[in-house]
Amino acid sequence: MTAPTLVDFAEVVERFDPVLGLEVHVELSTNSKMFCGCPTEFGAEPNTQVCPICLGLPGSLPVVNRVAVESAMRIGLALNCTIAPWGRFARKNYFYPDMPKNFQTSQYDEPIAVNGWLDVPLDSPDEITGATTVRVEIERAHMEEDTGKSLHVGGATGRIHGAEYSLLDYNRAGVPLIEIVTKMIPGTRERAPEVARAYVTALRDLLRALGVSDVRMDQGSLRCDVNLSLSPRGSGVLGTRSETKNVNSLRSVERAVRYEMSRQAGVLLAGEKVVQETRHFEEATSTTRAGRRKETAEDYRYFPEPDLVPIAPSAEWVEELRATLPELPWARRARIKAEWDLSDAELRDLVNAGALDLIADTVAAGASPAEARSWWVSYLTQEANVRGVELVGLPITPEQVARVAALVASGQLTNKLARQVVDGVLAGEGAPDEVVERRGLKVVSDDGALVAAVDEALAAQPDIAEKIRGGKVAAAGAIVGAVMKATKGQADAKRVRELVIERCS
Amino acid sequence: MELTRLSAAALAEKIHSREVSAVEAAQAHLDRIAAVDGTVHAFLHVAGEAALESASLVDAALDAGTPPASPLAGVPLALKDVFTTSDMPTTCGSKILEGWRPPYDATVTARLRAAGITILGKTNMDEFAMGSSTEYSAYGPTRNPWDTTRIPGGSGGGSAAALAAFEAPLAIGTDTGGSIRQPAAMTGTVGVKPTYGGVSRYGLVACASSLDQGGPCARTVLDAALLHEIIGGYDPLDSTSIDAPVPSVVEAVRAGASGDLSGVRVGVVRELGGEGYQPGVERAYRAAVERLEKLGAEVVEVSCPHFEYGLAAYYLILPSEVSSNLARFDAMRYGLRVEGGASAEEVMALTREAGFGPEVKRRIILGTYALSSGYYDAYYGQAQKVRTLIARDFAAAFEQADVLVSPTAPTTAFPMGDKVDDPLAMYLNDLATIPTNLAGIAAMSVPCGLAEEDGLPAGLQIMAPALGEAQMYRVGAAYEAARDADDDTPLIQRVPSLEVSR
Repeated sequence: MTAPTLVDFAEVVERFDPVLGLEVHVELSTNSKMFCGCPTEFGAEPNTQVCPICLGLPGSLPVVNRVAVESAMRIGLALNCTIAPWGRFARKNYFYPDMPKNFQTSQYDEPIAVNGWLDVPLDSPDEITGATTVRVEIERAHMEEDTGKSLHVGGATGRIHGAEYSLLDYNRAGVPLIEIVTKMIPGTRERAPEVARAYVTALRDLLRALGVSDVRMDQGSLRCDVNLSLSPRGSGVLGTRSETKNVNSLRSVERAVRYEMSRQAGVLLAGEKVVQETRHFEEATSTTRAGRRKETAEDYRYFPEPDLVPIAPSAEWVEELRATLPELPWARRARIKAEWDLSDAELRDLVNAGALDLIADTVAAGASPAEARSWWVSYLTQEANVRGVELVGLPITPEQVARVAALVASGQLTNKLARQVVDGVLAGEGAPDEVVERRGLKVVSDDGALVAAVDEALAAQPDIAEKIRGGKVAAAGAIVGAVMKATKGQADAKRVRELVIERCS
Repeated sequence: MELTRLSAAALAEKIHSREVSAVEAAQAHLDRIAAVDGTVHAFLHVAGEAALESASLVDAALDAGTPPASPLAGVPLALKDVFTTSDMPTTCGSKILEGWRPPYDATVTARLRAAGITILGKTNMDEFAMGSSTEYSAYGPTRNPWDTTRIPGGSGGGSAAALAAFEAPLAIGTDTGGSIRQPAAMTGTVGVKPTYGGVSRYGLVACASSLDQGGPCARTVLDAALLHEIIGGYDPLDSTSIDAPVPSVVEAVRAGASGDLSGVRVGVVRELGGEGYQPGVERAYRAAVERLEKLGAEVVEVSCPHFEYGLAAYYLILPSEVSSNLARFDAMRYGLRVEGGASAEEVMALTREAGFGPEVKRRIILGTYALSSGYYDAYYGQAQKVRTLIARDFAAAFEQADVLVSPTAPTTAFPMGDKVDDPLAMYLNDLATIPTNLAGIAAMSVPCGLAEEDGLPAGLQIMAPALGEAQMYRVGAAYEAARDADDDTPLIQRVPSLEVSR
């Protein structure tokens, strides 16, 4: 295969209009699978989360997971879609070893949600129009089941061709998926890569706020296919599109669009035709390569799934779910920015660090914004870095952080002790109050004991005591330090200082 | 009377009164199977030990004074080999599942066990329930106890033959287009296809999901009703199962046995009969209708004009679903695996080539074609419209009649080999039974005498609206009682004695 001729991005934009389309698959974080009671946890031993139903054993029948349907409806509602009052599942028939029944139970011409939109926030306003958002029209959101996973062993590429044998893990088979498909997104011009990334980012944030999925692109719980075609600038004539799969990060979404624009322009400017095909994104090189080309179009022989009854959500059910929709993440951000008086840069840092929601939840649990921010962006961010995990992956909850902050505010813990309590929570020693109890970290608030310690320190450093008595209050710090040392930090420094001054007056 | 010749109800009475033990009942039937099944070949698997163990548990409970788990506790039964059983193989009459032991019990299997019914083994069937003669079993055909050169009907020929050969007083079948009723007609036994959704399909290996329905088979209407109440009812594991109480069919049978059908309107379906129907079958059927009239029923003629498209629609919908349902048999996880392919796809193709018989392949190919893009609307789509029209025909007919009647099958049992190479002739045998499956309503076949030409049994089909089983059983029981009152020997007892084979 010869290397494709790539056209400089500026030239692509000058000569062509890119038309985007994005298909996102979201694995729902339901406790059980789409059609059976098996758990859905990521990373379990292969083939331990399976049963006759998700293995498609002869005689087994599916039963729809109600929570998955509700999640699908909430996603549809959050994307401003119409919820179909009646719809059936369909069978998508094709043979592949990772699919136990050799058909996928999906939705075809009767998706649960249709015709919506998402106003996607842009990083910077459009230079010409000044718009800060771009409206992406949603064609549909539908439910389906995930397939198992194949592991191809032997061969150089980890692909099926050239492999010696393949192993199959059906743990993922039957995990509920929602596929969200946009309508064609025209008119994005040189911002096409950015818009694609912004859309997937916005969708991810929205799904996270809905609490329906882990939305981890690295674990495959959010997967994106990028469809792209080029149309000669200003012609309005649609070109042939490519469909790029395996785009597993936000950055890759942007890069896949950029690469496909340059590649397709190269093909078109050479007087050739773009081939309608599935391509795979190569993370390492940020390029796409052609998948196996099919001689004929795949015919999935869809027909209504006879083993399931139609889903007919009542208007009441829809409204009930609509009432559970959360504040849009970007609206929430704007609100928080105003409430906490953050600069754009501060807000962006918090968002990028994955700290905003954690801080907001900590504030909601009673901490002040300043305290909450201080915990998450300094001490806990360091801990996360040391452990190599995302902030949200730390074994401490916003409620627990708020409790620690409350103990500090009420004088029961010093900042230093508070860090020890947090360490204890992170080490799995229990909730903050349990850690305080077990480690004996209570502030020494018994004035009698403190007075004795203060007197002792004053006696040990008579010259400093003299200075304080002479009105040099600043000198008190040395005595406070000595007392704190003597009480192993379990004293409230502020109270110690008060006592030092009291004893010297 | 020998234990094997008793009705299930009579046998249960003897067991529950401790006159006979469940183990004795099981052993008598196992002995009978050992004696005659070499000839009949109703069974693919006989679970002697498991049957005796299950029966001994029933005996122990009864001896301890525990009331019977069900009215049929301790009675032996033959289970069609299309229901999963965790302690026996489940082959569906196919090589592709040879030796497969499911890790779970079908809901029907579980309900039978909970009712204390002794499962003797698994019965022969056309491969994946596709066929009308049991000749398409990959394990050899079943023979009709009335004439062992003839077929016992299909696909549930094994279950029906087991009843007629007195190898079991009860059996379970499945009916996709007549697979319970047509074999019942051919063997002089009773077979019931309940309303679609009336009996759980969980663990019933699918032929065509929207048509398949498990149901009871027996030698008397009462026995069928007793079994119906045990296996019927809502199952959360089957989304298409009906969440409503099982119709009170036993009560209906007891009411019907009194023989009074006054006030019941019986509709004779004009389109089911006449040309293509064997004269002796037609005459037996007409006599049955007259008998119903004598019992006080009001007989009216009804017309179902769209039935003539039923067979065509059926042979598009069924193969379409079959092509998808049987895709899972691909050698990757269970069942037959033919090695030697260079890729997974090749192993799948080689296995399916070797593992499926001709009728199954024919229907997979038909269905794959009918669902293909470009053909879907003309075939599958049109067939679904016909299905709606047939349901409307039934709805209109049930405005005029409480139950509808017809011959169950156009002929008596035909000689083995007669139609096995002529699929269309074979398909035509299900002409009268298919419409009820397309409409999802209830139907049963009750023996209505012997055809004059060949002395073989004919069947009366009684059809009822969805969940209208009580009325259907009532009519069936009244007819059966009147028929037996007029004859010296009940019809089923006239089966020739089988040559004892070893």
